[in-house]
Amino acid sequence: MAPVMIDVDQLRVRFGDNEVVKGVSFQVPSGGSFGIVGESGSGKSTVLRAMSGLNSAWTGRIAINGQSLGARRDRAFFRTVQMVFQDPYGSLHPRQTIDRILSEPLLVHGISDIERRIEKALAEVALPSTARFRYPHQLSGGQRQRVAIARALISEPETLLLDEPTSALDVSVQAEILNLLADLRERRHLTYILVSHNLAVVTHLCPQVGVMIGGEMVEQLSADDLRSGQTMHPHTAELRALSVDLEEVP
Amino acid sequence: MTAFSQQWLLTETPSSRSQAAWGRRYRAWLALRSNTLAMIGLVVIVTFVVLSLAAPLLATHDPGSQDLANRLARPSAAHWFGTDELGRDLYSRILYGGRVTLGMVIAVVVLVAPLGLAIGCIAGYFGGIVDRILMRVTDVFLAFPRLILALAFVAALKPGVESAILAIALTAWPPYARLARAETMTVRNSDYIAACRLTGAPSGRIILRHVAPLCIPSLIVRITLDMSSIIITAASLGFLGMGAQPPSPEWGAMIATTKRFIFEQWWVPTIPGIAIFMASLAFNFLGDGLRDVLDPKQR
Repeated sequence: MAPVMIDVDQLRVRFGDNEVVKGVSFQVPSGGSFGIVGESGSGKSTVLRAMSGLNSAWTGRIAINGQSLGARRDRAFFRTVQMVFQDPYGSLHPRQTIDRILSEPLLVHGISDIERRIEKALAEVALPSTARFRYPHQLSGGQRQRVAIARALISEPETLLLDEPTSALDVSVQAEILNLLADLRERRHLTYILVSHNLAVVTHLCPQVGVMIGGEMVEQLSADDLRSGQTMHPHTAELRALSVDLEEVP
Repeated sequence: MTAFSQQWLLTETPSSRSQAAWGRRYRAWLALRSNTLAMIGLVVIVTFVVLSLAAPLLATHDPGSQDLANRLARPSAAHWFGTDELGRDLYSRILYGGRVTLGMVIAVVVLVAPLGLAIGCIAGYFGGIVDRILMRVTDVFLAFPRLILALAFVAALKPGVESAILAIALTAWPPYARLARAETMTVRNSDYIAACRLTGAPSGRIILRHVAPLCIPSLIVRITLDMSSIIITAASLGFLGMGAQPPSPEWGAMIATTKRFIFEQWWVPTIPGIAIFMASLAFNFLGDGLRDVLDPKQR
C-alpha cells in the first residue's frame, strides 16, 4: 500500500450558523484518486475549497503529505496542491492571454525557464502552440479546460483538486478531458480528489468513492462496488439508480 | 519585418505577447473609429490640445498686452475674436487659456484616477473592516457639496491654479473609488481570482495585476464623462475668482470678468463660453464612444 498523501479527519465547515460540512473524514494514498459524489448542496465542493485554502473557516484536521495544514497557507503549499475549477468560462482571466495565465504561477514562485515550461505545459495538455497568445474567449470550452489544467500543473504540484472539471463541457469533450486527466496522473504520479455529481465520471477516474449527503459522508466504497450496485446506504443506491436511469434514457 | 501591417494586427493566432496586445488595441481602435460621434469628440479634443500646446506659435498677440484704446472691439482681421475689456486679443487668450483650463483638467485626472482606483480596489478586494473604513471616508467626501468644499479649500489655501486643482481633486475622487469598488466586488469571488490566489500570490500582486486592470475600462469611461464637469467646476472656480488669477487667461475667469458686457458686446463672454461648451461636449462624445468599446459588460 502506498503511503497516505491526503488525510482529512473530522472536517467541519460552517457558513454563519449553517454547518455545511459535518465531520468528513477520508484518506487518499499517494498516487491514488478519491472521488466525492453527492447532489448539489451536499457540501462536496466546500470540502475542496477548505482543502485548497480558499475557505479558511473550517475545523478538524487536513494533512497533506503528513503535514497538518492551518487556515493560512504559505507559498510552498500552493506548489504542492492545485485546483481545477468547474467552469472553464469563469476560471480564466478574461483579459489575459493564455501565455500570461500560464506564466503567472511561474512568476509568483520565481521559477525560471518560463518559455520552455509554457511550451511544455501546452504540449502536455495537447494544445497547439498557436493557442499560446490567444485570449480565453477565442478558445472552445474544452480548450479552456485544458488551459486550466495546464495552469494547475505548471507549478508541478503533487496533488490536484478537481471540482467538477467536466460538468460544464459537452459529452465528447468530457471524455477527452477525463482521458487527459487519467494520462497525466499516470505520467506524473499525481494524487487526485475529484468532486462530481456524475457517477460515471467519478467511477471512470477514481477507484475509491465517498458519497456525501447533507454535509456528511455517509459511505465510502470502491468504484467496482458502486458500479455493481453493492451499496450500503440507501442514498447511494438512490443516486446510483438515478444515474443508471439517466444513462438509459437515450 | 512585417510589424504593424493590418494582417499582423488582426491575426487570430498571434505569435508573441506584444502582437496579441497590439492586436487587441487595434480592434478597440477599429470599434471606436466606426463610432462617428466619438471620433468627432476625439478630433475636437486633439485639436484643442494641439492648439493650446502650439499657442506661442499660433497666437497673433501677447495674451497679456493691453490696448485700452481698442477695448471690446468686434471680431476683425486684426483681432479674430475681438478684444476684451482691457483691449487684450481674445483669440490669443483663448489659445493660452486652453493651456490653463485643459492643463487643470488633466492634472485633476492624473491625481484622482489612481487614488480612486487604489482605494476602491483595496476596499472591494479585502471587504470587511477595511471596506467599511475606506467607504465611510469616501461617503464623508461624497456628502460635501462639491463646489462649496472646493471653495472652502481654496479659500483656506491661496486662490490659484494649484489650489483649484487640489480642491477639485479632493472632491472628485469618491465616485471613482465607489466605481472601482463595485467592479472589484463583482470579480472578487470569481474563479479566475480564486485561481490567482491559489498560485500563492500576495494580495497586492492580485489587486495590481489581476483586479485593477478589470476596473480600468469603466474608470476611463467615467473619467471622460466627468471631464466636462471638471472643466465646468474649474471654470466655476475661475468665475468666482478662486481659480486662475488674473491676468492668467482661464476660460471660466474670462467669462467671469466680462459678464457685464453680455448684452452690448456679447462676443466677449460668449467666445470662451463656446470653447468650454465644445470641450465639454467633445469629452462627453468620446466618453460615450469609449463606453461602447471598453465596457466589458457590453461584450
